[in-house]
Amino acid sequence: MKANCWQGRNSVQVEEVPEPRILNARDAVVRVSSTAICGSDLHIFHGYIPTMKHGDILGHEFMGEVVEVGPEVGNLRIGDRVVVPFPIACGNCLACQTGLYSLCENSNPNAGIAEKLLGHSPGGLFGYSHMLGGYAGGQAEYARVPFADVGPLKVPDELPDEKVLPLADIFPTAYMGAEMCGLGGGEVVAVWGAGAVGLLAMRSAYLLGAERVIAIDRYPYRLRMAQERAGAEPLNYEEVDVVEALREMTGGRGPDACIDAVGMEGHHSSAVLSGYDRVKQSARLETDRPHALREAIMSCRNGGTVSVIGAYAGFVDKFPIGSLMNRSLTLRSGQCHVQRYTRMLLDRIRRGEIDPSFVFTHRLRLEDAPIGFEMFRQKTDECVKVVLKT
Amino acid sequence: MVVRGVRDDDRATANGGTMRGAPGDMPDGIPEMPDATLDVPEGNGQPLPRALGLLSLGLGVAALAAPHQVGRLIGLDDSAPTRSVVLRAVGARELVPVPGLLFARRPAGWAWFRVGADLLDLLLLARELPHRRGERRQRVAATLGAVAGITAVDVLAAVRSGRSAGARRRTLRASATVTVNRPADEVYRFWRDFENLPRFMYHLESVRSDGDGRSHWTVRGPGGRRVGWDAELVEENLSETIAWRSVRGARVPNAGRVRFARAAGGRGTEVRVDLVYAPPGGAVGRAVAQLFGEEPGQQIRDDLRRFKQVIETGEVVRSDGSPNGLATPQQVLQKPARPQAVRPGS
Repeated sequence: MKANCWQGRNSVQVEEVPEPRILNARDAVVRVSSTAICGSDLHIFHGYIPTMKHGDILGHEFMGEVVEVGPEVGNLRIGDRVVVPFPIACGNCLACQTGLYSLCENSNPNAGIAEKLLGHSPGGLFGYSHMLGGYAGGQAEYARVPFADVGPLKVPDELPDEKVLPLADIFPTAYMGAEMCGLGGGEVVAVWGAGAVGLLAMRSAYLLGAERVIAIDRYPYRLRMAQERAGAEPLNYEEVDVVEALREMTGGRGPDACIDAVGMEGHHSSAVLSGYDRVKQSARLETDRPHALREAIMSCRNGGTVSVIGAYAGFVDKFPIGSLMNRSLTLRSGQCHVQRYTRMLLDRIRRGEIDPSFVFTHRLRLEDAPIGFEMFRQKTDECVKVVLKT
Repeated sequence: MVVRGVRDDDRATANGGTMRGAPGDMPDGIPEMPDATLDVPEGNGQPLPRALGLLSLGLGVAALAAPHQVGRLIGLDDSAPTRSVVLRAVGARELVPVPGLLFARRPAGWAWFRVGADLLDLLLLARELPHRRGERRQRVAATLGAVAGITAVDVLAAVRSGRSAGARRRTLRASATVTVNRPADEVYRFWRDFENLPRFMYHLESVRSDGDGRSHWTVRGPGGRRVGWDAELVEENLSETIAWRSVRGARVPNAGRVRFARAAGGRGTEVRVDLVYAPPGGAVGRAVAQLFGEEPGQQIRDDLRRFKQVIETGEVVRSDGSPNGLATPQQVLQKPARPQAVRPGS
């Protein structure tokens, strides 16, 4: 089969690889119909995610048709159309049973590696490094899905792929980001990053009761999209001082909640500051460039909440812990516990409350994945989100 | 997951050194186990030193009680000082290592004492030989030959006991703990059936329960080499503890204990395993050491992670990078995260 494989820094290639087969009794094999490139795939592409190997199949956002099921999968039949959540979760451990699916205690066979970097290991993810399981990803014609009796969500035929594919990652991730803000109604929410997750986080914030949403980015086309498709007030960080501007926009208070939908490869309008973190990251003196996170913390109102859904890998420098502590901020974060949200969000899509497909700007064939990566990375042709069709 | 692997030495054994970790660091969990309660069981025993102890006893008593007869027997009955003083002194000296040889756990030093005494005797006899003629000369020569033979046996005993003490110094201890989302009685029942252990303990090829608490364990070595031993159940408290140890004569003396305790807040069951084993020297020892890994804590930690997977999800979880399931050596030698070609015939 064809699969998009990582070839080292800044290089992916579609290769011919063996087809997956059942390795565990609770596995299924899915013929992929649509798979997307995630912003976090760019962190891998750029070589910032540790423990990747040449030839690893990328991709953790995919859906398709069940073509094979293991003997212990009772809920799926061959031919079912499913969306597959990106965290692999057993459903039996305490983490799964308390809804913390991305922290599944059994799905990472390489937990020992993750423990060295993270203290304790989270669960396994599709196509996202060996530290997080060494699982082949979904940017392929077929994918093996472990614990298929827990994760995959059956979707009705009348909903096209692009309406439900965001349920694999970006929509639940965005929704959880808004949910972690603890909104009670009437809040001002600022969202760093107007990519696919950021845009859906803005929509989710409104769904959960926010009264005003502010979008922070540097690409005018993305800010325009945030304004037009997500009802957000745009803020270009290359033109204004964000902390100052947010104070100005909120009567001096600062936003009630701030969502970091940028993660480890942030930029800063100041070339000096941007360069400082870039050099340290390149020299591996820090693994992550936390510009968005620093700003979110500094901007948030006293007693407010900072919600981190952008992906971080390791360690950061100049973390404003003094601001966080002295101003009673709440910091919440997590890889999304996708399985917790899929059914509820599917219902919202079916009822027409939201159509997350607006984030897809480019449709390519799987064979063109390298073009998609390049386009997404360079932000050419107003690219927000690429879907690959098999 | 907390793991402790300790390579023991004589000191730690002698002072009853405790497992690492401050006592009470698991307030609601399982208390630390003092070393003394889990010791390496006896291996092949010490038959040779025991026999030499009896020989020493016999010779010593004979030389003290009947120096004249002994003197005649060995051809040294023609010297009054030899009869009255030297033979009594030799007899007393023979008795010195007797308790050590018969009862000590490590008789090597006492065997070496005998070797020294033998050399003294050989020197004495060799000095006397030229001064004897006829039948006496033959007797002294025969005694010289006998003592030389005994010396050889003493050296053998001393070297062997020393090696076995060395094996004790190589005693390996390891412990690890994991929390599983299952009630203690279920976890206990699963573990109590030793035949379940190879499902998550990869170095075990099989465990066969023979009833009556006895079981036969087989480990697989490099090149298909197998090492087996019999084990017996030594402790069993319903839903709390299971302890076992190899029976006398095992090539790899070992013992283990697993304890189950309710986690704080009823959040599952904390399982703690303590293992101790003494790999022998030689080729078998190297094979066994390879099996258990250079870091015994790592082996048992991996075992427990797989145990959790098996009891919670039904089987060991596999990925493309770790197709054999969780194993630390495999984490270093990951395969690419892509399906592997199916080998012909598999």
